Order: sequence, then structure tokens, then C-alpha cells
Amino acid sequence: MGILSSTVSITPYRVEGKLDQPIMETVARGLKKNAIEDIDKDSADRAVGWACLNEPFSVDFDQHPFLIGTHFVFSMRIDKKTIPAKVVAKYHALEMKKRLKNTGREFLSKTEKKEIKDQVLHMLSMRIPPTPNIYDLVWNYESEELWFLSNLKSANEELETLFTRSFNLKLIRLFPYTMAVLISPLDPVEKDAVNQFTPTRFTE
Amino acid sequence: MLDVAVAYNRYKFIGHEFLTWLWFTIESEPDLLRKMDETLTSLTIGNRIVLENAINDASEIITIKGDDAGLEEGQLSLRKGAVVIEINLSCKSENQEWTFTLKGESLSFSSLKVPETGPVETGDDIEGMVLEKIYLYEKAIQLIRRLFDLFLQLRSSVQWKDSIVPKMKKWIQAPPDTLLTDEH
Repeated sequence: MGILSSTVSITPYRVEGKLDQPIMETVARGLKKNAIEDIDKDSADRAVGWACLNEPFSVDFDQHPFLIGTHFVFSMRIDKKTIPAKVVAKYHALEMKKRLKNTGREFLSKTEKKEIKDQVLHMLSMRIPPTPNIYDLVWNYESEELWFLSNLKSANEELETLFTRSFNLKLIRLFPYTMAVLISPLDPVEKDAVNQFTPTRFTE
Repeated sequence: MLDVAVAYNRYKFIGHEFLTWLWFTIESEPDLLRKMDETLTSLTIGNRIVLENAINDASEIITIKGDDAGLEEGQLSLRKGAVVIEINLSCKSENQEWTFTLKGESLSFSSLKVPETGPVETGDDIEGMVLEKIYLYEKAIQLIRRLFDLFLQLRSSVQWKDSIVPKMKKWIQAPPDTLLTDEH
């Protein structure tokens, strides 16, 4: 489990906006509405959604608490089916051969080849189980800060989209510029001056 | 506030300058670090430092890694105009150790290792363990925040140009042995 791992990566965010009262119910509703959906027996090739912290393959937020101390703690799960290109090529070739034999023709049109490929992808997606990737997060509502336990660009982008969709709040990544203008103790004049910063040369 | 994606790229140099200043401060003004956190026993460079020299439209990356690696090559790169873009740090406080890597452009943490916590034996232990981990992560994050705030205050003041940059230039130009003997 990410948060209890021996080493972690953390991307901090500022959370902008306020939740509707009562907060617990609003968070629970956002989690349940956007909980990850099972695609094991589905042709979808990927799914993104919330999962329970301690039970990442469960979305039963009534059974598994998402409030620990004063923090909301839960996980984002990305399930993705990866079908090796060579497997697709094999079944595509076999299906095309079958079609030619059944129709008694020598060639298939470009449209037919694409149609067969789509059918192959659909068939393989139903058979191949998705690979889950789990990323924990810690959200301190009072301090308007969230830590996402991954630095992966793609996972961070998924988080930003899913979080806004779930809670109607905006996540702003904290990096040097946003730390300076949003959370540093600089006064407003100094914060404005940050925009005028130019690189320092440390050599003559 | 500027668009976040634009600001990320335009102001990357702030994080690079912060890490370069941090290295200078660790080497030359360690007392300043202890003022930030009285429980801090030491803050030292860990097993990795990455520098970038982007002068004259070309980019040269210098990586120094290894537990016993010397930093002379890094100082040489600074002399050629490079800045620190990534640093691994070891922080000790009250007989406990935190190690982590900071990337200058994002100041996000990677390979963050905090002091050991007890094993999870029952389901009930997990909540306590999560809270303990959060507390330990918070310590590292807050230390870097306080250092970054101090850097920003200096960077926004006249002190930056008048006193800090000249001191950093002197540190960069001085042979490492001479400088360490002078300062300690």
C-alpha cells in the first residue's frame, strides 16, 4: 500500500474551493459516484476511479473509512488492459484468413481489414484482465492541501481531472512559482515581484 | 496568477536557484538551517546531485551519484555556469533520519524514506500507522517549505544581489578545500 511503503513520492497540491455541508456526506457522495468500475468482463480497455485505501479492490466506502484523524485518505486506481501488439497481429491475420476463406475472395478492402481489427481488439479486451495501478492520496481539508503519492505525469493528470469531477474543487499543483504566490508568507507586493524574477547568474 | 502550465516552465529557474542556494547554505552557513528547525541535527547532501548548464542555448547535464561520491565535479560545473536541478538530501533530527530527492522544477519529493514505524499486526493498527506516516512526511515537507520561504524572502530582498549572490560566487570560485577550512 503506497502510504505505508518504505519509500514514497509525493506531489503536493493546493485545493481551491469549498465543499458543500455536511462535508463528510459530500466527500462520500463524490467517492461513490466516481468509484472505479470493474472492466474485467467488459470490452473497455481502461478505467479510472476511486478505491478504498486499505482495500484498493473494494469500493465499499461505508465499510472502509476514508477519514483518518483530520485527513481524508483514499486511493485512485487506474485499471488498464494492455494487449501486446503481436497478439493483436496474430488474431488479426487469423480472422482475415477466415474471412477470405468464407467469402471465397482473394482480397479484403481497407474498411473490412479495419472492421476485423476492431472485432479482434474487442474480443481480446473481453479476455485479457486489466492491470491495476494504485495511487494513494492524503487530503487535509482544513489546510486546503492534498498530497498525491506519485510523481508520474499521467497519474497526476488523471487525478486532477477525476478530483474536479468528483468534488467540484480545483487542484493546483504546488511547484516553486505557485508555492511563492499561493502559500508563501511573502507580502502582496513581494508576491507581485516574483513575476518579475529573472534568472541569477552565479558566475562572472 | 499566471496560467499554471506557463508558470511551471517560465519559472523553473526559481527551484534551480533554490537548490543551488541550499547546497551553498549546507556547506557554508549550516547554522542558518538549524534556525529553521531547532530539532534539526544535520542536513547533508545525500547520494545524488544533478546539475544543468544551459548557457549558450545548449544544455549539459552533470549527474554525480554514489554514497561516497565527491562533489568536486559539481563545484566545477557551478564554476562553468551550471545550477542544481535535482538533489538528494539526508536530514537528521532527534536520532531519526529522513532521506529524499527534490527536483528543482517541481520541488516534489521522490524516494522519500522516513524513520521506521512499527509493523502493522491488526487492521486496527493501520489507522495509527497512517497517521504516524503522515506526521513523518509532514516533517520533511515542512522543513523544505520553511527553507524555501527563507530563500524566497532573501531572493525578494536587496540582500540577494548585494550580499548573497557575491557570497555564492565566492563559494563557487573558491577551491573546495580552502572554502571548507575557512568556513568551519
